[in-house]
Amino acid sequence: MLQQCTGEENWVDSRTVYIGHREPPPGTEAYIPQRFPDNRIVSSKYTFWNFVPKNLFEQFRRIANFYFLIIFLVQLIIDTPTSPITSGLPLFFVITVTAIKQGYEDWLRHKADNAVNQCPVHIIQHGKVVRKQSHKLRVGDIVLVKEDETFPCDLILLSTSRDDGTCFVTTASLDGESSHKTYYAVQDTKSFNTEQELDTLRATIECEQPQPDLYKFVGRINIYQERDEPIARPLGSENVLLRGATLKNTEYVYAVAIYTGMETKMALNYQSKSQKRSAVEKSMNAFLIVYLCILLSKALINTVLKYVWQANPNRDEPWYNEKTESERQRHVLIRAFTDFLAFMVLFNYIIPVSMYVTVEMQKFLGSYFITWDEEMFDDEIGEGALVNTSDLNEELGQVEYIFTDKTGTLTENNMEFIECCVDGHVYVPHAICNGQILPGALGIDMIDSSPGPDGKEHEELFFRALCLCHTVQVKEEETVDGIKRGIHQGKGTSFYISSSPDEVALVEGMKRLGFTYLRLKDNHMEILNREDEIERFELLEVLNFDSVRRRMSVIVRSGTGELYLFCKGADSSIFPRVISGKVEQVRARVEHNAVEGLRTLCVAYKLLTFEEYQDICQLLETAKLALQERDKKLAEAYDAIERDFILLGATAVEDRLQDKAADTIESLHKAGMKVWVLTGDKMETAAATCYASKLFRRSTQILELTTKRTEEQNLHDVLFDLSRTVLRQHGSLTRDTFSGLSNEFQDYGLIIDGATLTAVMKPDQDGSTGNYKEIFLEICRNCSAVLCCRMAPLQKAQIVKLIKFSKEHPITLAIGDGANDVSMILEAHVGIGIMGKEGRQAARNSDYAIPKFKHLKKMLLVHGHYYYIRIAELVQYFFYKNVCFIFPQFLYQFFCGFSQQPLYDTAYLTLYNISFTSLPILLYSLIEQHINMDILKRDPSLYRDIAKNSLLRWRIFIYWTFLGVFDAVVFFFGAYFLFDNTTFTSNGQLMTTNTQMMFGNWTFGTLVFTVLVFTVTLKLALDTHYWTWINHFVIWGSLLFYVVFSLLWGGIIWPFLNYQRMYYVFMQMLSSGPAWLCIILLITVSLLPDVVKKVMCRALWPTTTERIQTKRKCLNVEQSTIFMLSQTSSSISF
Amino acid sequence: MASGYSAKEEDGHHSGALGPAGGAAVRSRKPDNTAFKQQRLPAWQPILTAGTVLPAFFIIGLLFIPIGIGLYVTSNNIRELQIDYTGTESSSPCFACSQNYSWNMTTPCVCSVSFSLDQPFESNVFMYYGLSNFYQNHRRYVKSRDDSQLNGNLNSLKEPSKECEPYRTNDGKPIAPCGAIANSLFNDTLALYYNDPNGTETQIQLVKRGIAWWTDKHVKFRNPVGDDSNLTAIFQGTAKPVNWQKPVYELDSDPENNGFINEDLIVWMRTAALPTFRKLYRIIEKNSSTSPTLPRGNYTLKITYNYPVRSFEGRKRMILSTISWMGGKNPFLGIAYITVGSICFFLGVVLLIIHHKYGSRSSSADLTH
Repeated sequence: MLQQCTGEENWVDSRTVYIGHREPPPGTEAYIPQRFPDNRIVSSKYTFWNFVPKNLFEQFRRIANFYFLIIFLVQLIIDTPTSPITSGLPLFFVITVTAIKQGYEDWLRHKADNAVNQCPVHIIQHGKVVRKQSHKLRVGDIVLVKEDETFPCDLILLSTSRDDGTCFVTTASLDGESSHKTYYAVQDTKSFNTEQELDTLRATIECEQPQPDLYKFVGRINIYQERDEPIARPLGSENVLLRGATLKNTEYVYAVAIYTGMETKMALNYQSKSQKRSAVEKSMNAFLIVYLCILLSKALINTVLKYVWQANPNRDEPWYNEKTESERQRHVLIRAFTDFLAFMVLFNYIIPVSMYVTVEMQKFLGSYFITWDEEMFDDEIGEGALVNTSDLNEELGQVEYIFTDKTGTLTENNMEFIECCVDGHVYVPHAICNGQILPGALGIDMIDSSPGPDGKEHEELFFRALCLCHTVQVKEEETVDGIKRGIHQGKGTSFYISSSPDEVALVEGMKRLGFTYLRLKDNHMEILNREDEIERFELLEVLNFDSVRRRMSVIVRSGTGELYLFCKGADSSIFPRVISGKVEQVRARVEHNAVEGLRTLCVAYKLLTFEEYQDICQLLETAKLALQERDKKLAEAYDAIERDFILLGATAVEDRLQDKAADTIESLHKAGMKVWVLTGDKMETAAATCYASKLFRRSTQILELTTKRTEEQNLHDVLFDLSRTVLRQHGSLTRDTFSGLSNEFQDYGLIIDGATLTAVMKPDQDGSTGNYKEIFLEICRNCSAVLCCRMAPLQKAQIVKLIKFSKEHPITLAIGDGANDVSMILEAHVGIGIMGKEGRQAARNSDYAIPKFKHLKKMLLVHGHYYYIRIAELVQYFFYKNVCFIFPQFLYQFFCGFSQQPLYDTAYLTLYNISFTSLPILLYSLIEQHINMDILKRDPSLYRDIAKNSLLRWRIFIYWTFLGVFDAVVFFFGAYFLFDNTTFTSNGQLMTTNTQMMFGNWTFGTLVFTVLVFTVTLKLALDTHYWTWINHFVIWGSLLFYVVFSLLWGGIIWPFLNYQRMYYVFMQMLSSGPAWLCIILLITVSLLPDVVKKVMCRALWPTTTERIQTKRKCLNVEQSTIFMLSQTSSSISF
Repeated sequence: MASGYSAKEEDGHHSGALGPAGGAAVRSRKPDNTAFKQQRLPAWQPILTAGTVLPAFFIIGLLFIPIGIGLYVTSNNIRELQIDYTGTESSSPCFACSQNYSWNMTTPCVCSVSFSLDQPFESNVFMYYGLSNFYQNHRRYVKSRDDSQLNGNLNSLKEPSKECEPYRTNDGKPIAPCGAIANSLFNDTLALYYNDPNGTETQIQLVKRGIAWWTDKHVKFRNPVGDDSNLTAIFQGTAKPVNWQKPVYELDSDPENNGFINEDLIVWMRTAALPTFRKLYRIIEKNSSTSPTLPRGNYTLKITYNYPVRSFEGRKRMILSTISWMGGKNPFLGIAYITVGSICFFLGVVLLIIHHKYGSRSSSADLTH
């Protein structure tokens, strides 16, 4: 063993840990104290000192902020048409608000970190237990961890309360596996299990430097004894207790810290939750790039034209407008570049800072509606929906694929023993049967006639089998003395725990049928039988459950010395191994139950002779000791042992569907979403749940892609077979479409299991995998529902990833409740956690958490839909209003000698996006409801109208942009023709003394700007379908504010300004009749095309949404159903 | 990102420590059943359908067409006469003046243009000068002024704003008024004579007051006030703009129209929006109710030709115009109104057809609530 270790001597980097900080005996090795970080966890980003610089740096790393910073700096440095305030002020506002928000969040993280770091841990020092704060823990400290405590750092197990030096640990919060895993102490240290003994332990641990792989660890421990050579023992991952894991079913352990703080595997493993970005955001960024290109080309065009135009020196520098000396001397290239920058600055408002702010605010504030929603509040757990990221609100309206967990999500994860069947006789505990309530005392109902004596014996054997054949542990609430009392007095004092809720349900069911499993003591299982006698069985072997065999067995010796092998497992894995028993009756019952959606298990047994037992022991022993291919050998051994059974009966456990699960799934289907169920459960049960939840209908043709099938044919053939089936259907469908909708076409459901999935996904040498994947995806696309069973957590994520990156790039949503769903929740575009029984792991890692599956319906169909249309309008409108804003300025350059003369006053430039037009769209994007909530819920097909990001397609974006350009042209040339060569005058009725006043360039700009503000606001008013008092207030209020502001801005000689160009401009304009007429005309003209387009589209090519809107009033519930039926344009049949 | 981390932390580590506080907060938070929070505020839910929009279209059509006709007729009733006196063509009377032009001419070049009015100008007549290809809206030009100096600020008078460069100082003395705009003040003098049929020339009285905005004249533009009420003394130590012939305090003999509050200056200082523009020069007031302001007949326009435009291919015009309630001659607005009104009416008809053909079912449900 030493040899083996020295082989690993050449670790690149290793650390030596002195257990308990005790130096090894002198002479062995030099004691080199190494410095390791303490056990402090730092998740905060900033400290008090570096907050400002670091936060600023972070913020300016965002492209948008950086862009605005550059614009601001350009304005500061060169002579630009607009003052630096116009971009500096909004930027400063944005940066400050963000900094405050991030500072607050970081303060919260500091608080959380402190709470973690100050959590007490027990450390052994000089033979005594000392309490310390967690962050003071150092490498080499010996730590005492008690049951149900979490390990404070990565530890090497030294000894445990158990004699064999093992302990049980659940790593649910690390990798999502909630089962108990066994960890081992090194044989040579396991006896050191008191504080005093540990104090005498002198040992060092050499191990690799921290690395993130959870399952890899290489190290060795050197134990020094009196004067002897140190004993070296290898350490592997089975000796390492990881931070974050929890100790279970072991009273206490002693362990030594090896990795602390940020070096623990958990900390290393923690990847920042990848920033999820919504489709809308992606579109927005694409649009931004387009606008950036527009901006650049505008600036470039103007610069080029400027120099072409200026080629004539009399234009460049006429006598009335000379340059300064320094300007003249500047090199032409520098001048051109400065001009280019100046144009950029002039037009930079086309990409508004405020859009980011508004979008952020919309998302942040909008998400409150989810948490406020009373319908998504669950009284049972007293919680409503939670929003963990508001970035994805609108993505809820875009979901195409839903991946749902089964247990706990679709079902309650509340297993209940329903019945058992022994030799065809059905036993139902505490139930209503044949219309009469049976007394619950014994709780047994025999539907069939009473079994004979032989039956009686079988019956009891069956019950005993179920009491014995499991891995359930009994947890007593009282202390050791209380156990006896607990058992005799009541049932509430002890309860069963197991990694499988089915087993618990079975054992509890047995309890109700009269056989109570008491405990495992000294390797003897104790059962309290119906006569209140304790029967003891010696537990000889446990053949653990695994998902391939799908059964488990125990070998026990009864009090009378008989050796039994009890086996329970899935019907498919039991029946082939049965040689006698009433197979037919049981099979019939099992099938009946499976169709009912119950989880069934079959129970069988065989009696063993002592010789057989000896053989079995031999077989198992050799398999267990095998060094190579141990798993395979064990499987073979199990296979050899578990045969020639006598069938006893079957059980049925129900996992009830969640409230309204079927209704929800049906709605989601109608909304055009594909629902996939991903479960670790077995196929039959999962399929039954799928039927119950209407994922599969009776008419659905089930395609199976399971290990069973691929065993018969090879995968290639199966895949091609299936795809042919699906595609043939598809082909014939297109041919038959005219034959009418009454001809209900076939829809398919696919069932695939984990093993086959791995085979499909596995990359082959010849590279044909891509093919398999493609075919598989092709099949999936044509199936309305897919069930993936026997999935490992990672496979769930893999499936999600597969769909996510398939060629249509659909938006995926994963919903689950357990730790095993976390990977898929993190992987999907939108992750939804259910606040379920299996802890809050999923809810914590999700983007949104809801109390029940049924809330998904409102979440997607109502909230998602609303958020999507709101943000889509927000984005489009923002670009639109800025095109309207900036394009006139661009046009103006052609009339002012390309001199970068701004059309609008600085105040207007600055405030346009900040105050004149910001609130109406923000409020619109918070409270718009184009259709009533109830209709959205009643009519899921409306969801299809917004599928595939339909409101942000390029076509629509271009429409908005052109509308903006059109409006801008109308504003500009409307004003132009009014001013051009004519006497545009005020009529002098209001200002009696001055009659014929000429209007200058600022009046021109103000006229354009007034039309602009009114048009843009009224355009939004036209788009608003839901006018609450808030909308009225904000829309009319904004316009009023504009007018009041303009009056004020022009009404006073502002002492702090060095120009008074706006003085009385607005008033003069308003005192002119033609100006009023012009404003009214231009607003009408700009709004006209949009109104016409809307009305025409609504009348000629109405979308479903529009039809519903129009018909809303005359509809009642019945009609709407008919209406829905009439639109079976989809692949979903009703 | 780090919040996820700490969440995991709590999970395993000390859910007990943070759990109860957080839990209690959540538990008590059953959402309020307010209309706002449940998104059920009462609302008016209008839908734009052919049915709703139809009346609006017809109304707009019916309103706009008469307005347009009214505007058009009004505009057409306005008499307007434009005379281009740039003098680029050799036949033009001002050709000589435009050719031998120099800023430092001692004797002003005078030329006269004759024209005749076929129809009398009845009401007050406004006399404008028009310039083309003159970029008053050039950025360098627009900002080249000091509003505070023009507002009578003594500091700015001595120390004009940097924006005025290169027309800020002359020979070390600050220019008043500074800047390119003031420097290029239009300085042609226009005089109008009526040629009586009997051969005598009568000069027509041109009113030079009341051509600027009241607020400009009385608030925005102010002469600096010193110890002395004499403008000459106050402007002591300042230089005249380089292109001016007279300093600012000699613009007019009338003290109410002299210095910065000279209305010609004020009008000029309001920079035009477009390179072709006209500015009010004088008003010819109607004297008697019986005779027209400008009767039919022959007139002579005498121009003291000072302002050079040839270098930048500009043109100079003199415009005479009567006005109406809607201002000067402007057929655009009338035509636009008529066009838009007709389009609306036409669209109304189209929508009516569509409405009857396609949307008959949807007519009833336009507005709810």
